[in-house]
Amino acid sequence: MELLCPAGSLPAVKAALEHGADAIFIGMNNETNARHFTGLNFNDKRIQQAANLIQQQNKDLHIAINTFAKPGEFAAWQYAVDKAVDIGAKALIIADMAVLDYASEKYPDAEIHLSVQASATNKAAIDFYRNNFNVSRVVLPRVLSLQQVKQLSRQTDIELEVFAFGSLCIMAEGRCYLSSYLTGESPNTVGACSPAKFVEWEQTEQGLESRLNNIVIDRYKDDENAGYPTLCKGKFKVDDNLYHALEEPTSLNTIDIIPELAKANIASVKIEGRQRSPAYVATVTRLWRKAIDSYYQDPENFRADPAWMRELGNISEGSQTTLGAYHRDWQ
Amino acid sequence: MKFSLGANQYYWPKQKTADFYQQAAQSNADIIYLGETVCSKRRELRQPQWLELARELAKSNKQVVLSTMALLEAPSEVSLLKKYCDNGEFIIEANDVGAIELCHQNKVEFVCGQAINAYNSPALKSLLKLGMQRWVTPVELSKDLISAILTEMDGFNLRDKFEVETQAYGHLPLAYSARCFTARSENRSKDDCELCCIKYPSGRTADSQDDKQLFVLNGIQTMSGYCYDLRNDLASMKGLIDIIRISPQAEETFSILNSFIEQYQQPTFKKLADNHSNGYWHQIAGMLSA
Repeated sequence: MELLCPAGSLPAVKAALEHGADAIFIGMNNETNARHFTGLNFNDKRIQQAANLIQQQNKDLHIAINTFAKPGEFAAWQYAVDKAVDIGAKALIIADMAVLDYASEKYPDAEIHLSVQASATNKAAIDFYRNNFNVSRVVLPRVLSLQQVKQLSRQTDIELEVFAFGSLCIMAEGRCYLSSYLTGESPNTVGACSPAKFVEWEQTEQGLESRLNNIVIDRYKDDENAGYPTLCKGKFKVDDNLYHALEEPTSLNTIDIIPELAKANIASVKIEGRQRSPAYVATVTRLWRKAIDSYYQDPENFRADPAWMRELGNISEGSQTTLGAYHRDWQ
Repeated sequence: MKFSLGANQYYWPKQKTADFYQQAAQSNADIIYLGETVCSKRRELRQPQWLELARELAKSNKQVVLSTMALLEAPSEVSLLKKYCDNGEFIIEANDVGAIELCHQNKVEFVCGQAINAYNSPALKSLLKLGMQRWVTPVELSKDLISAILTEMDGFNLRDKFEVETQAYGHLPLAYSARCFTARSENRSKDDCELCCIKYPSGRTADSQDDKQLFVLNGIQTMSGYCYDLRNDLASMKGLIDIIRISPQAEETFSILNSFIEQYQQPTFKKLADNHSNGYWHQIAGMLSA
């Protein structure tokens, strides 16, 4: 089972390599990338440097070109595909049918992975992308239960990749327009959810208030930890009940189910977080390397070490982790 | 210009659904979409009953389209989808690419639903090859982007190969999750939901702490808190959009449909009601109004 780690900068690439990543995914510093944040990601020169570093150590480079092309601007997405092939990326991670079509026609030998943003959650959808666009691996959205992941794995021989750790998208990825509803910008249209430029903080009589494009996402009392106002993780009112109506601030952590994922023939476990610091990438990569190695050394007796879980919990959103949709009760 | 009734997004008792479609048969709608698109546990009507209803409506000189689920997870859901795609009578509204695959295998023409990310002309070209005959525009796309895409399709000499439909009224479907938010609002898990959606024929609203109506919770679907309302934008659809979609409401659907038809024929500016918006059409935040 491949450990696939995120990097938004060269120091993060180095951190992932140093701490045991089998493969690293990165993207360009433009709107072809669903983690398009200021100061992050790779220009033409840096992406070549990243490729060199990764290839020197015989690790795999995946390039995410995972947003949806706008009319009149398709050339930017074509350029990203050409560039990724040119620098010898092992795999291209693509969401848009237009980009899939371009890549599979122009580069029939390229290894194409279906981005989670394409939202393929079932056998028929996987067949659609395989039959039409030569996709060889599918990154599964974080909406399937472990049981459903296992069922899918039995039904198809295509490689499956799952999210293992990091921020928890609770909606089927690529089909969530909540961010553009509030701000006009979404992962599909600009490559960012709840973009930072819309975030405001204000101390009010009711406590510290976080706003996104002037919408109150949450209010915090003095003793509460305030989190980034990702819109699906705010407290909202349904009738008179004020609670996290969609989801709490929390991160996904699936170390507990490594044995089940391995037995389900999952090809790759993916760590979310290209927007995170090199130190974060180092910690998560190191602990996940240990966990996976520990499983393969003695599969029958695998136990998640409480020390790993504590350390991962400390760097998680809201300092708490969940199995998310993998665990049926969460749903 | 044609007018359609989209698939009902909410969960209504069987009798309310029957009453609604009895009125729909007599209504001014040209096209009627039918079927459950949100949750496979909603079974007040099962597949044979939806088909029966479809046949009834087809007798009233309406084009009937069978709408299919947006989020398909369990193999049983895909099996049911297969039955729809192979029904032999009606075309399909595909809300997941899985439905497109099955329609293509069965050589059934399909409508590309608004939950499918077809955001540009090369994507539409691919879909046309597979049998797409109508494109329902994704909620995020503005008039200007739709216009640019269609101009490109014109350049490929393909614009006349498909129709274009856009939702002009009703809360917009904005997200789909594994989690059921209606069940969560009643402090239940999805497996223990007791089909509580049926108690909320217009979904449940979730408000921000400063009292803005942000979202409508509708099972595993999250909808826009404001009602999308393009009544003042219908004139700008001429020459661009072929079909105007009204999303079924628990009340007043047919008077809304008639007012939109009238407004299309004789546009007069109407102030939008509170908690209505038209932002997406104008390429600003969806909840804002231009």
